[in-house]
Amino acid sequence: MIPTDWLGPQEWQAVRLSLRVAAVATLAGLPPAVAVAWLLARRRFPGHGLLSGIVHLPLILPPVVTGYLLLVTFGTQGPVGSLLKPLGIVFAFRWTGAALACGIMSFPLMVRAIRLGFEAVDPKLEQAAATLGAPRAWIFVTVTLPLILPAILAGATLGFAKAMGEFGATITFVSNIPGQTQTLPSAIYALLQVPSGDAAALRLVLVSVVIAMGAVLVSEWLAWRMTARMNGRAEGRA
Amino acid sequence: MLEVAFRHDFPGLSLDVAFQAPGGVTALFGPSGCGKSTAINAIAGLLRPDQGRIALDGRVLFDGRTNLSPQARRIGCVFQDARLFPHMTVAANLRYPSRWRRGAARDFDRITGMLALEPLLHRRPGTLSGGERQRVAIGRALLSDPALLVMDEPLAALDEARKAEIMPWLERLRDEIRLPILYVSHSVPEVLRLATTVVLMRQGRVVHSGPLAAILADPELAPQLGAREAGALIRATVEAREPDGMVRVATAGGPMLLPGLDLAPGQALRLRILAHEVILAREAPRGLSALNLLPVTVTCVEGGLVQLALGQGAQHERMLAQVTLRSVKALELQPGTACHAIVKSVSVLPS
Repeated sequence: MIPTDWLGPQEWQAVRLSLRVAAVATLAGLPPAVAVAWLLARRRFPGHGLLSGIVHLPLILPPVVTGYLLLVTFGTQGPVGSLLKPLGIVFAFRWTGAALACGIMSFPLMVRAIRLGFEAVDPKLEQAAATLGAPRAWIFVTVTLPLILPAILAGATLGFAKAMGEFGATITFVSNIPGQTQTLPSAIYALLQVPSGDAAALRLVLVSVVIAMGAVLVSEWLAWRMTARMNGRAEGRA
Repeated sequence: MLEVAFRHDFPGLSLDVAFQAPGGVTALFGPSGCGKSTAINAIAGLLRPDQGRIALDGRVLFDGRTNLSPQARRIGCVFQDARLFPHMTVAANLRYPSRWRRGAARDFDRITGMLALEPLLHRRPGTLSGGERQRVAIGRALLSDPALLVMDEPLAALDEARKAEIMPWLERLRDEIRLPILYVSHSVPEVLRLATTVVLMRQGRVVHSGPLAAILADPELAPQLGAREAGALIRATVEAREPDGMVRVATAGGPMLLPGLDLAPGQALRLRILAHEVILAREAPRGLSALNLLPVTVTCVEGGLVQLALGQGAQHERMLAQVTLRSVKALELQPGTACHAIVKSVSVLPS
């Protein structure tokens, strides 16, 4: 039994918010990550290198720079932010902004993992499917995607872990408002700024370690099950 | 009828392939790297040749204006590496084409029955042996309702025991399913056992194409199938069974005796007589253990390979004998020489 007063209400709030932000960032980022990974792995087109560069930019830029660029672009005065505001979509200083920042920061990691998956799929299997009459989109859904599922899972786990830990871009873009934009790392940072916060900070650090380990273990287990199924060890009676 | 004529340039190899494949099994034969696989990729629509024309039963698959997708070509492919979908059961693999190729699903029971696939249906490709995988791949290709079956070295990745296991299925396929088959191989025994037509390829070019029997009896072409494979394929009809169990058959050159086989009178056979199983004599020899002695006429001498005519006039058939150059000289063999062919052994192929 975990005593509920083990963490204060504000700390619980940070944990819940972080989980929500990371989940939304991962789920929303996954489809475009699959699309971009496919483009980079399977297509040769003018601007291939440029696209790869742009996707990897958040990995290389100081997170503060990414956060500032987001603020300039998606802030209420920014070119995109001012367009979206009449539609009721606001990112600045909202949890949605934190999710956007985390999504952008974890995007390159997801793309890299999924791209490796695409590169490992033998195109000969897709060719075989084509000779059997299946249209391309159907081949993608029934052959390619199932075969890269372990890579997608790895990308999602990596992205989720990155989103859970994202700090620099988030705090620059949406600040550190308890209950609104204060994610786990921002809460830890805030606690470390006050003299009495060490113990609470340590508890939150523990929580992050547990969540990160849990995510990795679950994805490892799922990947193991998928490989086992494919190799026929877990004799599946369909 | 498959009509193929295309050119394609690779760095280091330029292909200029042209041949026709009538019904039956057409073997595309040649050494590794001669362009056989490229040719079948072009036929299946997996590679776009630089130029040419490919048509199947009058339907244009590829020319200057048309380039049908693999999906639209209706060519079933069996690849050397089977290419089964590893994440699906055997049953799901076999049913994969049925969504897109109508008419394929109704053959499911017949084809799984013919290839004895029922016990494998619930297994995954990862648990199958190499031979089983190829059988499933053959079944899946047949269930895609193809107008032509293309097999790219389907036995090359298997050991001898597995090859022997698959071979009878391929023969059944040839004999039971009225489907033209293009069979790519660099193995002489496979070609001899399966093919009705042979296309010989070398370094990106078709050297010769024609019926197997004609190639085997041609002293220039037969060595391409390997020196030991030169020989003739002659027609024979079963006449009667002798009291001692030997079977007497009629050939263009007269009667021959075959060891006790279960053959009915009137049955048509093809006899394969290898060139190195034939001994030539200028005068009728006596006191031989060999039973079959045929009168022949030399038509052509190529090194030690002697081309012979068996029988007279329009009914004659070609035969080959492998002798040494010294014997050619000693026996004064030249076109027109009449001599006797002593046949040491014969293999019988059903007609």
